[in-house]
Amino acid sequence: MLALSTSIAAVALIIPGYSPRIAFGAMIENVATASGIVTVLNSAARYYVMGVAVAFGFKMNLFNIGTNGQYQVGALFAGAAAGSLGLLGPINIAITIGIAMFCGAVWSLIPGMLLVTRNVNIVVGTIMMNGIAVGLIGYFLRTRFRDPTDNLTAHTKTIPTDSRLPDLNRILNFVGIELPVSTKLHSFLLIAVLVGVVFYVVVYKSRFGFDLRATGRNAAAARASGVSANRMVLITMSISGALAGLAGMSVLLNQAYEYGDRFPLQLGFTGIAVALLGRNSPSGIAIAAFVMAAIEQGSRGLAMVGIPPQIGQILQGTLLVVAVVAYELANRRGRITAIREASGVLAPGASRL
Amino acid sequence: MILKRFLPTPKISIKPIILGLGVLGVLSLARIFADAPAITSSGTFSGAIGLAVPVAMAGLAGLISERAGVVNIGLQGMMVLGTWGAGFFGWHFGPWGALFGGALFGALGGALHALNTVTFGVDHAISGVAINLLAPGIARFLSGLFFEGNDGGTLTDSPPVPNLGKLTMPFFAGGRIGGFGTPDLLMWLEKRGWFLISDVAGLLGGFFRNIATESALMLLLVPFVAYVVWRTPFGLRLRSSGENPSAAESLGVNVVATRWIALVSAGSIAGLGGSWLVTNIGKYQQGQEALRGFLGLAAVIFGNWRPAGVLVGSILFQFTESVRLQVGDEPALAFVLAIGLSAFGLSVWRYFRKSWVGASSLLLLSVFIFAYFMSVDRVDDKLSSTFPYLITLLVLVFSSKRLRPPASVGLPWAKGQED
Repeated sequence: MLALSTSIAAVALIIPGYSPRIAFGAMIENVATASGIVTVLNSAARYYVMGVAVAFGFKMNLFNIGTNGQYQVGALFAGAAAGSLGLLGPINIAITIGIAMFCGAVWSLIPGMLLVTRNVNIVVGTIMMNGIAVGLIGYFLRTRFRDPTDNLTAHTKTIPTDSRLPDLNRILNFVGIELPVSTKLHSFLLIAVLVGVVFYVVVYKSRFGFDLRATGRNAAAARASGVSANRMVLITMSISGALAGLAGMSVLLNQAYEYGDRFPLQLGFTGIAVALLGRNSPSGIAIAAFVMAAIEQGSRGLAMVGIPPQIGQILQGTLLVVAVVAYELANRRGRITAIREASGVLAPGASRL
Repeated sequence: MILKRFLPTPKISIKPIILGLGVLGVLSLARIFADAPAITSSGTFSGAIGLAVPVAMAGLAGLISERAGVVNIGLQGMMVLGTWGAGFFGWHFGPWGALFGGALFGALGGALHALNTVTFGVDHAISGVAINLLAPGIARFLSGLFFEGNDGGTLTDSPPVPNLGKLTMPFFAGGRIGGFGTPDLLMWLEKRGWFLISDVAGLLGGFFRNIATESALMLLLVPFVAYVVWRTPFGLRLRSSGENPSAAESLGVNVVATRWIALVSAGSIAGLGGSWLVTNIGKYQQGQEALRGFLGLAAVIFGNWRPAGVLVGSILFQFTESVRLQVGDEPALAFVLAIGLSAFGLSVWRYFRKSWVGASSLLLLSVFIFAYFMSVDRVDDKLSSTFPYLITLLVLVFSSKRLRPPASVGLPWAKGQED
């Protein structure tokens, strides 16, 4: 799959006359350094949490396309709070993360409520909430939450140094890895690992996770066995939104230290791509997040060899398209085999289909 | 034909016209109360209609796809491809080239969506999201290859693209025939300030005076699509593919081919919408589509999967934007007042329908809007940009029983599948 999309990207490179070998060589070179890998890990952690947020919905057949709005609403309010509360560091961090997750959950719960009470399609509902989020954030960023000391760009007040998440460089130094001064391994990575473990336990090892997957597979059967589908929708959407809000904290508390124009605009959609690519499994999403982050970091090295770095975006996009088609085909073949086996058991010699 | 029996051709209904007059009536009241003649002037409408064209194109594209049974979230991406195609072909071959290029590149996006969803059976929303992620990358890559360093083009901007100029209708709107001027009847009516009549004149003036040729051509697509989808054999096959593909197939409809045609045409129409954006500002610019693809989806829902409804929805959605661009702050404030009045009116209606939750939440909403109207002296553009999405959610919440999407839209279906 990676090979197929890489060859498509290679064709896109050959047509205008670039050498794919130089291009991919430069990409690998840019990743395979200590600082390259750290940058990849930092982005991958963020994509992972966002991917889990989306996957949580997918487990119940809820396509939460609104993670982008949820994470930005969460980051805006959390950023505004963290910059101006002025509490003691760790308490401030906890409150900030709490606010982000709460706001993300609320923003995602609204379309969930609309689905449950008025049967509004979740895809449509979350798309509309995304649109509302863009306008609302722009408004608040310009008026109430704007840092009055900066006249040039609109952002919230900068978070004091004691209320930021630390970096893990000291631990790396301890193990004997020296990083360049400008490169920092975000401690958000640990949060991402924690999210992965909790995701695995909740979805695969708990009663709730069983209900979740059952409802996703066959809502009618789950309802017949006593699962309240409405309750499941509301819980799932809140968790999904809360995780989307949490993903934004990687940028806010570990990198930008303020909410503003420099925030990534597409993080929520990258999360959707990562969840799809990773087939919603805890380990699959991790690999997908790493691959996406590696392509992104690798393509930053392309400009140095005179090749347009946008090929990275194309590679990511093609990979996603190829992957969803491949999964669907594999799925279909699996279904046909299952039917064949079943019919073979029921009626030996029946080899139609 | 047997198909016709299970999908009767609807009669042409005058309901949308009555509804439209109702909306104009509310606007007219707000104009008189707030003393802001600009709110229903032909200038405001002309701006709104222009801005509505790309949204309406995205909406028409969404309508065709969904009527054929395929959800099309990829409209946004197809529009992005369309803007790039329009920038490239417009730069090389002039204004007609821009239209052609937009349609061509949009159609490529539509074909990809068809390949994913119809041929391979990928979930429609997933394929759409994938296209939305892929399209900007392609556009940016191609800009780097073809635009950067040519005629002032950059990684984000194309070289200049010309347009087809503007049209004005003679006699009604003062257009010229040969060298002679003609009277401007609509403007005369508009200036009287009569309740409703002047507002209708303003609306018609918006359509007939100084309209970009591209807008006029694309607006003609609205009745054209309505005709094809509801009055031709192909349209019947298209709608039956969206209502019940298995039944349609059993009656001899090639559902796969129909959906392919629908998605490729939808892509090209969305791409045309993109080319409007390009000729409007005279170049391709990265991100110029903003969220219009998604707005188009909203317009499909608002318009209840009907072309006229999609057009009305698009104009209404872009009206805020246009009102805000008028001279002075009064028109935009008057529009806020109009929305508040409508929310209040709807709340009274829900009250008499004994829908207490609906009535009270609408009442709360109208109180909020009136409070906003009293407390500000100008309307914030960011805040007003949420209006289309809010109104779509409200429509979904309060009249979901009246909405009738195609029965099989978005459902997985494979050739030869029985229900």
